[in-house]
Amino acid sequence: MSQPSISKTMTTGESGLAVVFAVTAFLCVIAAAKAVDTPFAFHAALSAVASLAAVFCIVNRYFDRPTALPPAEINGRPNYNMGPIKFSSVMAMFWGIAGFLVGLIIASQLAWPALNFDLPWTSFGRLRPLHTSAVIFAFGGNVLIATSFYVVQKSCRVRLAGDLAPWFVVVGYNFFILVAGTGYLLGVTQSKEYAEPEWYADLWLTIVWVTYLLVFLATIIKRKEPHIFVANWFYLAFIVTIAVLHLGNNPALPVSAFGSKSYVAWGGIQDAMFQWWYGHNAVGFFLTAGFLAIMYYFIPKRAERPIYSYRLSIIHFWALIFLYIWAGPHHLHYTALPDWTQTLGMTFSIMLWMPSWGGMINGLMTLSGAWDKLRTDPVLRMLVVSVAFYGMSTFEGPMMSIKVVNSLSHYTDWTIGHVHSGALGWVGFVSFGALYCLVPWAWNRKELYSLKLVNWHFWIATLGIVLYISAMWVSGILQGLMWRAYTSLGFLEYSFIESVEAMHPFYIIRAAGGGLFLIGALIMAYNLWMTVRVGEQEVQMPVALQPAE
Amino acid sequence: MSFWTRHQIFEKNSIILIVGILLVIAIGGLVEITPLFYLKSTIEAVDGVRPYTPLELAGRNVYVREGCYLCHSQMIRPLRDEVERYGHFSLAAESMYDHPFQWGSKRTGPDLARVGAKYSDDWHVTHLTNPRAIVPQSVMPGYPFLSATEVDSDTIADHMKTLKAIGTPYTDDQIVNAGADMKAQADPDNAGSDAFTKRYAKAVVRNFDGKPGTPTEMDALIAYLQMLGTLVDFKIYNEKANLR
Repeated sequence: MSQPSISKTMTTGESGLAVVFAVTAFLCVIAAAKAVDTPFAFHAALSAVASLAAVFCIVNRYFDRPTALPPAEINGRPNYNMGPIKFSSVMAMFWGIAGFLVGLIIASQLAWPALNFDLPWTSFGRLRPLHTSAVIFAFGGNVLIATSFYVVQKSCRVRLAGDLAPWFVVVGYNFFILVAGTGYLLGVTQSKEYAEPEWYADLWLTIVWVTYLLVFLATIIKRKEPHIFVANWFYLAFIVTIAVLHLGNNPALPVSAFGSKSYVAWGGIQDAMFQWWYGHNAVGFFLTAGFLAIMYYFIPKRAERPIYSYRLSIIHFWALIFLYIWAGPHHLHYTALPDWTQTLGMTFSIMLWMPSWGGMINGLMTLSGAWDKLRTDPVLRMLVVSVAFYGMSTFEGPMMSIKVVNSLSHYTDWTIGHVHSGALGWVGFVSFGALYCLVPWAWNRKELYSLKLVNWHFWIATLGIVLYISAMWVSGILQGLMWRAYTSLGFLEYSFIESVEAMHPFYIIRAAGGGLFLIGALIMAYNLWMTVRVGEQEVQMPVALQPAE
Repeated sequence: MSFWTRHQIFEKNSIILIVGILLVIAIGGLVEITPLFYLKSTIEAVDGVRPYTPLELAGRNVYVREGCYLCHSQMIRPLRDEVERYGHFSLAAESMYDHPFQWGSKRTGPDLARVGAKYSDDWHVTHLTNPRAIVPQSVMPGYPFLSATEVDSDTIADHMKTLKAIGTPYTDDQIVNAGADMKAQADPDNAGSDAFTKRYAKAVVRNFDGKPGTPTEMDALIAYLQMLGTLVDFKIYNEKANLR
């Protein structure tokens, strides 16, 4: 396919990046040879192979591409860059199913501990970070990157900034996931929840994330619209704040430059505060601000209605990002953290209820005049139900942050239930809804392969969520009450193990709920696959004029 | 100019928008985190808390590696039932040398902040190898492979040097003797045992896994578990002195 021409030269980006990766491959080989532990050697070798593959892809793309890079516009219309979006969408679906599956496995391990198989790499303690990272950072992260690259192009009416940079972001991010995930199985972890990857994975993520910020920002800067669309504020706040949180929580000193183990700079109480400042805002900015951006773009688009209130979205935005940052200490109620910090955390968590519901109202009321579409469009129904779950868990959250409630709920399954009503109901459903919209758009398909299958997905997954969260409410509250129960003589009524035994039926129900959620996702994957494979081409777009990605 | 018109400066200028975001998100973190580094009342003045011995440190690294913190907290709250079930509520000082902290967030199993000296070494060996051999209703995974893996006494000094660099008060004497101390703590017949106990107050020397030979990960993990919560003597601890 290559068209040899005198004027065809490698861009600075292509040659520069190829050289950087070639050098990286060389350094990784040295690191693998000098490694002091097996996981580090494995990761160094993996990085060397990946770097060589990157060099090959860059050179190969150079030979395959026409002399000129894809133009920014074709016939006066922006020539949108869909390649990285397609890649991230596929990865989102892949990691989603992998993450739900691992979730189902660890849920089953709690019901039937024999499933741990007494092997290091299959035990609960190593699989749980794999589950949380796979669903939050791999599934959620890919959905966020895919949708943000789509929304920022469409709402700014320009092609995505950069030529190789967007590809570096999507592939580099997924490579980070691969290193992190295989690391957990091999026992490589910092033991900081939701920030488990070790120092070298953290450094790599920093590079990828800064590139992500630059691509996103550069696209906004060259926009053709005077205003920055509201969804892009949320994406920007998500990207910037995650960078700050990542850097604040993870400073660590490696024991050896060629070993996986490091020690986090912060210790004890300060580390606890840093961790939950990070941890709660991973919820606030990764799982909330980013997905609110999806809400602000995809719901109006799918419902064909404008956002309910522009002014409300301004208040929603600033109030949400200001208040969220304070909420971390509610994870540390009644601990050795000073009381003043706990009180601040609780106060701001309760205040956070308001902007959260403001955002929910803005999302739901966008349906004004289009409520009838909920009957006919299961994709819109999924998006709207996600916002309803958002409202529910952002009420439950502030309630659980009240110290008295927290004294019962903390350390129990209630927290797990709360997290999952947000994660499955809000983040999961809004992601599914967005992907159901995005895949036909990105692949130029007229519509989804089957709305009927979306409907099945919706009901099966909803049933799964209901089973999951109600089982966890009951088991959590039961657990909390058993721990503090006293006999009439003033003795503790239950031993700890009696509370463990009491959880058994609820752990089975929870696993069943998770199983249903997984089945829904499998139906979705089939539906999207068929949409891309047999879906009818959208005719309005001048497809033939677009160069291959 | 109304508020809504003024807001357009953020909507039309991406750099101002980013600066605005950074300022707004900086406030909460700065107010809540910075004082914890300088307010003296944050960490109590307590006698007895010392850095981990080499063997305990290796055990703690096993604890971290296997994700024990995902099901076991190490933070007893000052609530009546917790104090009666687990012991004196946890002090900030008791985890001040923990990088990172292991307070945890979930109790699928019981709190371990004061599990030290509650059970025998034998109990721990059996329980870690197959929890259901001792507690039939337990849902904990078994860790039989710990007994089969030796701990590395060659690199443990590097770990302690790293910790010293980020503020843990290890002495040069402790670092130089790290490898020998690791072996000495798991072997009561070792000639270096006396020197070891002088270097680490309240450290216990025992053959934790009950098997002869070089210390295993089972030795290390049990040494760590058996010291948890035992460093502060609450008979002489003066709560009033640390009112905050």
